[in-house]
Amino acid sequence: KFLGTKGNDGKYTVTLIEGDGIGPEIAQSVKDIFTAAKVPIKWESVDVTPQLKDGRTVIPQEAIDSVTRNYVALKGPLATPIGKGHVSLNLTLRRTFNLFANVRPCKSIAGYQTPYDNVDTVLIRENTEGEYSGIEHIVVDGVVQSIKLITRAASERVLRFAFQYALEVGKPKVRVVHKATIMKMSDGLFLRTARDVAKEFPQIEFDAELLDNTCLKMVTDPAPYADLVLVMPNLYGDILSDLCAGLIGGLGLTPSGNIGDECSIFEAVHGSAPDIAGKGLANPTALLLSSIMMLQHMGLHQHAEQIQTAIFKVLAEGKTITGDLGGKAKTHEYAGAVIKALN
Amino acid sequence: DIFKPTKFGGKYTVTLIPGDGIGAEVSETVKEVFKADNVPVEWEQVDVSGMESGSKPSDDLFREAVASLKRNKLGLKGILHTPVERSGHQSFNVALRQELDIYASIVLIKNIPGYETRHKNVDFCIIRENTEGEYSGLEHQSVPGVVESLKIITRAKSERIAKFAFAFALANNRKKVTCIHKANIMKLADGLFRNTVKKVGEDYPTLESNDMIVDNASMQCVSRPQQFDVMVMPNLYGGILSNIGAGLVGGPGIVPGCNMGREVAVFEPGCRHVGLDIKDKGQANPSALLLSASMMLRHVGLDDHANRISKAVYDVIADPKSRTRDMGGNATTQQFTRAVLDKMEASG
Ligand SMILES: Nc1ncnc2c1ncn2[C@@H]1O[C@H](COP(=O)(O)OP(=O)(O)OP(=O)(O)O)[C@@H](O)[C@H]1O
Ligand SMILES: Nc1ncnc2c1ncn2[C@@H]1O[C@H](COP(=O)(O)OP(=O)(O)OP(=O)(O)O)[C@@H](O)[C@H]1O
Ligand SMILES: [Mg+2]
Ligand SMILES: [Mg+2]
Repeated sequence: KFLGTKGNDGKYTVTLIEGDGIGPEIAQSVKDIFTAAKVPIKWESVDVTPQLKDGRTVIPQEAIDSVTRNYVALKGPLATPIGKGHVSLNLTLRRTFNLFANVRPCKSIAGYQTPYDNVDTVLIRENTEGEYSGIEHIVVDGVVQSIKLITRAASERVLRFAFQYALEVGKPKVRVVHKATIMKMSDGLFLRTARDVAKEFPQIEFDAELLDNTCLKMVTDPAPYADLVLVMPNLYGDILSDLCAGLIGGLGLTPSGNIGDECSIFEAVHGSAPDIAGKGLANPTALLLSSIMMLQHMGLHQHAEQIQTAIFKVLAEGKTITGDLGGKAKTHEYAGAVIKALN
Repeated sequence: DIFKPTKFGGKYTVTLIPGDGIGAEVSETVKEVFKADNVPVEWEQVDVSGMESGSKPSDDLFREAVASLKRNKLGLKGILHTPVERSGHQSFNVALRQELDIYASIVLIKNIPGYETRHKNVDFCIIRENTEGEYSGLEHQSVPGVVESLKIITRAKSERIAKFAFAFALANNRKKVTCIHKANIMKLADGLFRNTVKKVGEDYPTLESNDMIVDNASMQCVSRPQQFDVMVMPNLYGGILSNIGAGLVGGPGIVPGCNMGREVAVFEPGCRHVGLDIKDKGQANPSALLLSASMMLRHVGLDDHANRISKAVYDVIADPKSRTRDMGGNATTQQFTRAVLDKMEASG
């Protein structure tokens, strides 16, 4: 549930983390299109360049305050600084704001041909524990233990969110993906918790599928996954969400949302693409689709719908698309075409 | 050298574990085909099951299966069911692999000529560590509602699987070995695996060697699978990628596999599905087990038999009329088997 409220000017303030590399360019496209569509949003740009404080990676306080105040942020790609002591910035953001669920919808895009043309999946990934607990140790030289941590509390939270999300977007079914045949206790706990939570949502169908089968069936034919929301522990979500992205043509077209108890951050999942940064070649679609998820999260459904329709129209026409999709358009030309298609 | 077949002359005694689900039906096919081709193999069948019921207690049969495999050193196996319930036993499949230390799983992902799929020219090979990683079976509940599962990675086992992968690549004329890992997150565990594979790779200068993070690899698999040749990885990722791979080329009904150790080799379908949903319906595709069986024949040097059988299977699949349901046809398991036998007969 989005907690933000409109200011005196009738607009919501949204924190904008433009990010590195192509970040500023694709963020500019979003800003231009939002202005043209008269979306009631005011941007508050912040810098999240990490600082090392007492040996730990921290985000500047102003950035934290901004997101905390606005409850919502849009984020471009961040290059993870290389060097000792730095946890990935994405992980730091997740921890700072306790973003417990990662939502990754993938929908085939008319006009961009892949071997799969009927993809419409939604995947929700537990974002805080599992194999990403970070608890590892060397038992003796040459023997490492890595701990996968599953708790009922975190499982319940992400599972409940999955059911609520299904209700919200009108998907009739939730499916939990697990490997409880092998990880009987950890995945078993996730699965049992799912069964319990499912009882609170009698209007949503519920079932479970072994990870192996999901991999197999999704690649064979993704169509049957269109009417369900998939929810799973961290690592499986990481892998399967990229798999889904692969089905529709890669990370350049997939949005994502990180949902927390209070704050939520929407982001493009692709990298900062330093090789093409500053040249006007970047494709802003992933960030745009993320911003549309954000609008939906904020309850601004009409604006979301309007912009999304325009994007899909421009992509389907295929005349003004960027180089990564096989077109010749510059970033701003593509954005211009979307603006034209708004009406 | 584990790739050199050991020739004993005369007949081989092979342990046959049909397994649960469709196991009995597809094993029947293999038996028929072997008989028709006069393959010098004597079966020693053990009907161990992971299902709850059965006349003999399942643990006894499991011990019997292990003993038989230790004796014969060669096995053909379907998949045993593993109940999800916590009260249930540990997976027999995993226990068997651990007990016999058949540490290297090989799964071949290859397009079958004549069978159209979304991706063309797919031909890669998954080498998967079979005995540790996420399948350690070590789990505990610290306090109610908090569970820890241990993933174990050791240098010794990583090195062993890495050597296997590179040696396999050389022996099979492959060019590249890609290590699949998640070392950016599991810095110690997968880091150890990745570094070990890298180091072993230095001893194979004629082979290209690279690495890829498992989520990216999954994405690459569905967008450009042709880039892969031999892939080597810890246990869990192997399960994921072999199923993605099967999805690319036609499903679990056609993907063969094998588990190798220093002493024992057990051949089993690559994607390890039980197929309870189609048990006794005559819908099972016996190709995966047949092709696993011909891998086994090649392993012991019975190449003529192996080639005849696998060619017949490919020829039958190439004809849409004789395909089973999973491949879009409507032939029954028996009809498919008949077609394979006919092909073999026709070719003399
Ligand atoms: N939005 C985009 N538009 C066009 N091309 C893109 C986009 N995002 C990524 N690419 C292309 O995909 C390739 C990989 O992208 P990615 O951003 O992951 O690069 P990277 O070098 O790994 O960056 P980072 O270090 O931030 O992860 C780049 O070469 C880039 O050209
Ligand atoms: N040899 C085969 N021929 C035809 N279909 C097969 C074959 N092996 C597996 N399948 C199909 O692949 C799918 C996955 O198999 P699997 O046995 O995992 O199904 P399941 O019912 O989920 O069983 P479990 O969860 O116990 O593994 C099933 O639909 C099964 O029918
Ligand atoms: Mg990922
Ligand atoms: Mg990158």
